[in-house]
Amino acid sequence: MNGLDEILVQALRETFQMVWVSALLTAAGGLLLGVLLILTGRGGLLPCLPVNRVLGLVVNVGRSLPFIILMVAILPFTRMVVGTTIGTTAAIVPLTVGAIPFYARLAETSLREVDPAVVSAARAMGASRWQIVRKVLLREAMPGLVAGLTITVITLVGYSAMAGAVGGGGLGDLAIRYGYQRFETDVMIACVVVLVVLVQLVQMLGDLLVRRLSHRQP
Amino acid sequence: MIHIENIRKVYRARGRTVTALDDVSLHVAPGEVYGVIGRSGAGKSTLLRSVTMLERPDRGRVVVDGADLSALSERELRAARQRIGMIHQHFGLLSSRDVAGNVAFPLEVTGTPRRERLKRVAELLDLVGLGGLGGAYPAQLSGGQKQRVGIARALAGSPSVLLSDEATSALDPETTGSILALLRRLNRELGLTVLLITHEMDVVKNICDSAAIMHDGRITEAGGVRELLARPGSELARGLFPLPPPSARPGTTVVDVTFTGEAAEESPTRFVAALARTYSIDVDILAGSIEDVAGGRAGRLRIELPGSPADNTAPLAHLRERGLTLEVAA
Repeated sequence: MNGLDEILVQALRETFQMVWVSALLTAAGGLLLGVLLILTGRGGLLPCLPVNRVLGLVVNVGRSLPFIILMVAILPFTRMVVGTTIGTTAAIVPLTVGAIPFYARLAETSLREVDPAVVSAARAMGASRWQIVRKVLLREAMPGLVAGLTITVITLVGYSAMAGAVGGGGLGDLAIRYGYQRFETDVMIACVVVLVVLVQLVQMLGDLLVRRLSHRQP
Repeated sequence: MIHIENIRKVYRARGRTVTALDDVSLHVAPGEVYGVIGRSGAGKSTLLRSVTMLERPDRGRVVVDGADLSALSERELRAARQRIGMIHQHFGLLSSRDVAGNVAFPLEVTGTPRRERLKRVAELLDLVGLGGLGGAYPAQLSGGQKQRVGIARALAGSPSVLLSDEATSALDPETTGSILALLRRLNRELGLTVLLITHEMDVVKNICDSAAIMHDGRITEAGGVRELLARPGSELARGLFPLPPPSARPGTTVVDVTFTGEAAEESPTRFVAALARTYSIDVDILAGSIEDVAGGRAGRLRIELPGSPADNTAPLAHLRERGLTLEVAA
């Protein structure tokens, strides 16, 4: 059993590495894209419909590609960014590219929920656009943004299972190679249990944060 | 203090055009409470939002405290807005910030140092009667308390002008009364000029020195509340002191008498009694109400005199001589 422990820990480490780096990049990129979608949209603070349409199209294309296809399709891009197309680092690129449009839509929805009266009040107080984005939109939407990020991280855990296709390793890869291809059911079960616990922990942490951040009526 | 000159705003959407403001002019004197009353859709909100250029009029000028806002750049406009307070129907408070944080918001916008901010916030909360509630979140407050936070926030930049966008429309009558009393107090103590829009006649009755009535993007009546009351056929007088539709019996004269100014200082019943005595006629009171408006007594009374209007020229002339406004209803 010692061998199983070792490969599990190794796989978990790879999953962690892929998920947390891509989650961090996704949070930044998705939020930026979400804010831009809101600002340039109809009735936004910086309305510009052509830009809004193009961004919307990019997001929709990104969202409609199955992850496994996206991963293969952007291999040249991956090589350009990290210099290789194989391994855990190489998997982070398609994970991030795949998750950014996903999170951008979730962020956009949360930002749209911000009470327009509050934005209008801030404008009436002479706040600049940047102040409104920073102090009003992002702060007011924070519980929703964190809830969306929780969903995104869990999705990333799922996507990372496919990273085996580019030699990214991780729990999903372990389950396929040992559990499925070598009929080692105990490895398969162990992987699934670890994944379930991982997802559960992420969700609990996310819920806790949302509760802490939200000051609306319970 | 606020001069709105011939502003016009037309909205175009899907081939339809709506004239929200049709050549509107308005002048608010320093230190007065000015109310614009009208139904929803009359253009009041657009008018108020035009004052700070939140809604830029297509034509016309807006001058607040000597500055022509319609001519300012976006940057200059932001600075000008920081010196105008505004309160909103739905409060517009940040749910993510506590009360003190909400009141501090405009001070952060202007880059006031932290120490000064804390001091000013404490002063403002005391001023609006919320001392000790600085750490509460908006979700924990009642509607009246939320509007007090809104007022404290609006006063943070020590504005000379306060704009009120239906500030009491979401509140119950009792809370409305306390918020109006607070606005009145701030108007008197700080010399704050208030321009408010409302659809409630009670707001005008309670705190306005001057008023304007808006219909379909136009102002149909404007002036001092007491002058408007004395004007025959005034819509404001009818709105403030509504009387039931007249139903004259044949052979009688029904007259609506509006009391304002000096004439109202004397008891209205005394007019009626004097009228009955002088002309030896039976005068009936059919309806009426008398209240304190804009710092004096005012009211309307519907009386019935025997005989046709032609028979009553002498008694009616007598009432007019005493400074009363008459409208012969039938």
